[in-house]
Amino acid sequence: MSATSWVLRGVRPLGADPVDLYVEDGVIVDAPLSGAETYDAGGLIALPGLVDLHTHLREPGREDAETVETGTLAAALGGFTAVHAMANTEPVADVAGVVEQVWRLGQDAGHCDVHPVGAVTLGLRGEQIAELGAMAESAARVRVFSDDGHCVHDPMVMRRALEYLRAFDGVIAQHAQDPRLTDAAQMNEGVQSARLGLAGWPAVAEEAVIARDCLLAAHVGGRVHFCHVSTAGSVELVRWAKGKGWNVTAEVTPHHLLLTDDLVSTYDPVFKVNPPLRTAEDVAALRAGLADGTIDAVATDHAPHALEDKETEWAAAAFGMTGLETALSVVVAAMVETGQLDWAGLADRMSVRPARIGRLSGQGQPLVPGAPANLVLVDSEARWTVDPRQSASRGRNTPFAGRELPARVVATFLRGRPTVLDGKPT
Amino acid sequence: MNRHLLSAADLSRDDALLVLDTAEELAHLADRPIKKLPTLRGRTVVNLFFEDSTRTRTSFEVAAKRLSADVINFSAKGSSVSKGESLKDTALTLEAMGADAVVVRHWASGAPHRLAHWIRGSVVNAGDGTHEHPTQALLDAFTMRQRLGRLVGLKVAVVGDVLHSRVARSNVLLLETLGAEVTLVAPPTLLPVGVEAWPCSVSFDLDAVLPKSDVVMMLRVQRERMHGGFFPTTREYSRRYGLDARRMAMLPDEGIVMHPGPMNRGVEIAAEVADSVRSTIVEQVANGVSVRMAVLYLLLGGGPEIEAGA
Repeated sequence: MSATSWVLRGVRPLGADPVDLYVEDGVIVDAPLSGAETYDAGGLIALPGLVDLHTHLREPGREDAETVETGTLAAALGGFTAVHAMANTEPVADVAGVVEQVWRLGQDAGHCDVHPVGAVTLGLRGEQIAELGAMAESAARVRVFSDDGHCVHDPMVMRRALEYLRAFDGVIAQHAQDPRLTDAAQMNEGVQSARLGLAGWPAVAEEAVIARDCLLAAHVGGRVHFCHVSTAGSVELVRWAKGKGWNVTAEVTPHHLLLTDDLVSTYDPVFKVNPPLRTAEDVAALRAGLADGTIDAVATDHAPHALEDKETEWAAAAFGMTGLETALSVVVAAMVETGQLDWAGLADRMSVRPARIGRLSGQGQPLVPGAPANLVLVDSEARWTVDPRQSASRGRNTPFAGRELPARVVATFLRGRPTVLDGKPT
Repeated sequence: MNRHLLSAADLSRDDALLVLDTAEELAHLADRPIKKLPTLRGRTVVNLFFEDSTRTRTSFEVAAKRLSADVINFSAKGSSVSKGESLKDTALTLEAMGADAVVVRHWASGAPHRLAHWIRGSVVNAGDGTHEHPTQALLDAFTMRQRLGRLVGLKVAVVGDVLHSRVARSNVLLLETLGAEVTLVAPPTLLPVGVEAWPCSVSFDLDAVLPKSDVVMMLRVQRERMHGGFFPTTREYSRRYGLDARRMAMLPDEGIVMHPGPMNRGVEIAAEVADSVRSTIVEQVANGVSVRMAVLYLLLGGGPEIEAGA
C-alpha cells in the first residue's frame, strides 16, 4: 500500500453515527484530498489504535518463541498501534543498549510502535537498581520500568526506584507477587487447587504487595502501575488508593476478564499463567473495576512460548498465554456484550489510558483532525473461532483455542499507513 | 466404558462396588497353588514410574502377572522434564510399543491426565504428585469392608498431612461414593485452603474424633514437611496427631488402624500400634494386589464394564 491519503468511508467513530474520515500524511485531516484512496468501511467502528502496556516479544534471546517481527505483526492484526515490550529478555533489557536494540527492531518491522520497558533492577534480580536514567535518555526514551515476571520485592529497592523515577516522570509497572507466599505456586489457591493437588498461589500474595506499594508511592510521591491485577481484593485496594488521590494505576488482562480456575481441572498447561486464573467472583470484581475506571487499562501480557515448554506436565510448563490477536474480541465479549463498557469506554481502557500511563504522546488520541492517524477499524458484528495455527505470533498457547469470539479487526492504520487491511497484513 | 482410572471420582458407586467384588473373587486365587489366570495373555502392561515406589510398582507387577499380562517396567526417574525425555515423547514411545495399559506414578499432579491425551491404551493413575492415588483408596475400602463387613455409614478418620496427600484425596472421594463418612484430622497448616468444599468433615482434635471412628487411617508425614514449617517440631506433631497405644484405646472395640505405608514408626504411628491386632497394614498390602488385578481385569479384560465417570 503506497497511498498516503485515505478516505475511510462510513466509519463509526467510537460506535457513533457513520462519517467519513480523511487521512493525509499520517494525520487525520478535515477535508478530503483529491487522489486519496477510498476504503469502504461502511459500518465499521473506528477506535484509536490500541496500546498494549504489557507485551512479551521474547527478542533478544527466545526467538524460537517470538520475535519483534512476528509479535508486532500479531499486534497489528489485533488492532494495536503501540506495544510495550517487557524487559525479561535474554539478555535482560536493563541497559540502554538492549532497549535501543529492541526499539530499532520495532522500527525496522514497522507493524506498530515498540516501546521497550526497562528493567527496574539489574538482571531482574531485585537487588540493584539498573541505569534507569540511561534507558530513559536513550533513543528508546523508556518511561515504563518493570521487572515483570519477578516482583520488586525488597521494600527499600522499591522505594528508591519509585523516588528516583520522579526525575523523568517514569513509572514502575509492578508485578505484584510476594515470592515467599508463592513458593512453587501453580494455580489460584482455593477450592480447585485443593481438589487438583496443585500448590496454591493465594490472592494475598498479590494484594499484600499492592497495599505496600500504594503506601510507598504515596510516601515518596512516585508513580506506580500494577501489572495484571487478578483478584477482587486488588481492585478494592487500588480503588482505596485512588480515593486518596495517590498516583496509582492498574491493568487487567483479557484472560482474567473471561476465564476462571475451573479450567485447570484439565491439567492442560495452556491455562497456566501468572498470576493464575482466579474465581468467578474475582472475574466479576475485575470487570466492575474496569467498568468504573478503578482499573485503568486492559493489557495483554501476551506471553508466547515454544510448544515444548507447554506440552508437558502442568508443574513443568511455562507460565503464560498469547493475547495480542484476541484481546479486543475478549474485551468485547467480557465488557461490551455484557453492557459494562461502550465502545468509547473500550477505547479509553485499551488506548487512551494506556497511552497516558506510558507517556506516549502520539497514541491514544481522539479521532479528530490534527491527531495522528493511529486507528483501528472493527467489525462489531463479526464472530470468529480462534485457531492457534492461524496466529501470526509464533506462540500457539492461546487459552481461547476453539472458542467463538465477537468482533474482528478489519484494518489498522499506523500514522496513516495501513498495517492491516481487510483483516490481513499489508 | 471409561478407558482410564485417573481419579477416584471417575468411579460411580456401581463401578467401585464392581471393582471390590471382582477383587474379592480374584483374592481367592492367592490361596491356590498356581496363582495365575490366563485373562490378559498377550496384553502388555507398562509400569511407568517417574518416582521411586517399590511397593506400588511391585504390587501392580504382581497383579498384572497373575493375570498373565506381559509386564514392562519403565523407570523414568527424574524430578523435571529438563532431565531427559519429555512425558509426551515417553507416551509416544509406549504407544509405538503397543502398551495396552500404562500404570503411571509421577511427581507432578495431573501427569496421568496429560498422558491419557497422548496414548490409546488405558492409563491407571498409580499416584500423581499431591493429587490422587485411586487404587490405594480402592484397596483401603476393600480392607475396611473385609474387616468390618460394610462401608455404608462407616466413620473413617483420616489423620495427618492431608495437604500433600494423594491417598487422602482419593479416599475422601471414594468413601463418599461408597457411603462412608470421612473426618479429616490434621493441624490447620496441613489442610488445603479450599478443603471446606470436600465432601467430609474436618477436625483439628484427634482425641475428640477417635471415640467416634470405626477406622483411623494414619498418613505418612514426609521428612521434608518436618522442615517446612508446617509444625514446630516432630515431637509436637507426634504428641498432637500421632497414634499411640493410649489413643488407640479410645477407638470403639471393633475399630481398626490403617496406614498406606511406608510408616514412620514413632512419628505418626507408634510401633506397638502398627503391630497390634487392630492394625490392617499387612492386609492392605495383600489386598492391594487383588484390587489392582481387578482394576486391570476390568479395564482391559472384558467382563462387566466399568462405567464412564467424570
